[in-house]
Amino acid sequence: MIAGAAAGRWGPSVGIGRDEFNVEPTGRPFGHFDAVRKVFARSGHEPLVAIENISFDLHSGKLVSLLGPSGCGKTTFLRIAAGLIAATSGIVQINGIDVSEPQPDFGVVFQQPNLMPWRSVLKNVLFPVEIRREGGEEAVARAIELLSLVGLSGFERVYPAELSGGMQQRVALCRALVHQPKLLLMDEPFGALDELTRMEMQDLLLNIRAKTKATVMLVTHSISEAIYLSDTVAVFSKRPATLVDCIEVGLPYPRKPETRYTPAFTAFEHRAGCALGITR
Amino acid sequence: MSGARMQRSIFPLLGVVVLLCLWQGYTALSGISQIVLPSPYDIGLVSIEQFHLLLQATWPTLVETVLGFALALLIGVPLAVSVANSRLLNLGLYPILVATQSIPKVAIAPIILVWFGLGIESKLALAFLVAFFPVVVDTATGLKATPPGLLELAHSLRASPLQIFMKVQMPAALPFVFAGAKVAITLAVIGAVIGEFVGSVAGLGNLVLSANAQLEGPLAWAALLWLSVLGILLFSAIALAERLLMPWQGTGRH
Ligand SMILES: Nc1ncnc2c1ncn2[C@@H]1O[C@H](COP(=O)(O)OP(=O)(O)O)[C@@H](O)[C@H]1O
Ligand SMILES: [Mg+2]
Repeated sequence: MIAGAAAGRWGPSVGIGRDEFNVEPTGRPFGHFDAVRKVFARSGHEPLVAIENISFDLHSGKLVSLLGPSGCGKTTFLRIAAGLIAATSGIVQINGIDVSEPQPDFGVVFQQPNLMPWRSVLKNVLFPVEIRREGGEEAVARAIELLSLVGLSGFERVYPAELSGGMQQRVALCRALVHQPKLLLMDEPFGALDELTRMEMQDLLLNIRAKTKATVMLVTHSISEAIYLSDTVAVFSKRPATLVDCIEVGLPYPRKPETRYTPAFTAFEHRAGCALGITR
Repeated sequence: MSGARMQRSIFPLLGVVVLLCLWQGYTALSGISQIVLPSPYDIGLVSIEQFHLLLQATWPTLVETVLGFALALLIGVPLAVSVANSRLLNLGLYPILVATQSIPKVAIAPIILVWFGLGIESKLALAFLVAFFPVVVDTATGLKATPPGLLELAHSLRASPLQIFMKVQMPAALPFVFAGAKVAITLAVIGAVIGEFVGSVAGLGNLVLSANAQLEGPLAWAALLWLSVLGILLFSAIALAERLLMPWQGTGRH
């Protein structure tokens, strides 16, 4: 669930579902973004405003998608939330902490699998616990369990080069989860995959989230992916990014592939399309 | 053995056999002097007859080469690490590195000899000098070519600079280090021989010179043959170490 602190912050293009922005969160939200702005200084050019003004709350245990056109600043926003880069101004608060550096209880899945070719699948998954010097049998057991959860049992000792793109991204997902993060940040994790693998991975992600109860923030430029996965879809405008709509997807979990063909699903897709300005 | 693999092992062999046959035929038919161009048969014969002498000459050259190469790794890799991690060191050192490298080694060999004498040290120094550059350049290139995605991953996990270096940058640079080492080991042989040519009392280079001076064509050629075998063996040793240390290489699906 996302709720803005104040209406009107999302600019003139907000047309639909405006009243949902005004729902005040009860209690303290897990994540709180207020007037986040990011300007990139560029040598020889004028500064580039990537994010103009983004505010929303992120509630514990929810899956929130950031949906927007290519180059609008989604990755930038995710990297700010992950503590990888700093916002130029605004408040970025997660789990009660002002995020200015990566947090130990975050897990990140990048657009590319970013696996280390010199490590076996299991060793890749164990990389985070190794960095935190928390290795040991318990971590290994957890890694093996995660790998079986994503259907990669028996591949523990294989090197990444032998895996398909989809399998590599599943390893990356396990790696992001092995230290049991509270917040899972994903940047177009399935963007490089073919349609069928992609849909498989979406169901896998929903399964894993149901098991781990992690809060998830996921970047995508696919409308149907955003609707299918999310509790809430935050729709970003073209660069510089502003929040043009926050769609509360009320469809119950567990979602099934059939859900994609229901009128309610299509209506949400339509609404996202309107917010993106690609349909009316 | 599959057809492709048969081809891969048979054709190089075939090439060598054809060359040797042509060579043998030419020397037999033209009646050319042994001193100018001995036949492969003569060279082979001397290699067996003078086996002991050749073996004795191989040892110093091998030691010079391996020690010079080891020194190049020992100094080259840490230097590459500092150059790759510090912009200032990079700016300050790279021009000097390139400058030393553009001096022809044959030209400084006499000076090195004056400094280090006729013994093994001067050859070792020359082997080091030629082997050093590819090690530094390739290692530094490898360290800088660490995929940014892996660095960002390490950063997101709050890895320390030492962890990033040991667990990400160094393994990522390893293929480059080996590429440099393979070039370096063959160059080190050349460096050692240059040293022996300029002034020495032992070694295969020394043998080539003395055999030539005594008009023993086949022996000079046999020494050359041993030199190239030495180079191939050393190169293969590095290639083997590469396969053992990087078992993930060549496991790809393509
Ligand atoms: N480090 C950077 N320096 C300068 N410009 C950047 C940097 N990172 C991203 N940008 C720019 O910010 C804009 C948003 O990028 P990004 O967040 O990657 O978009 P998205 O993920 O939505 O496709 C793009 O125009 C991109 O060129
Ligand atoms: Mg992006």
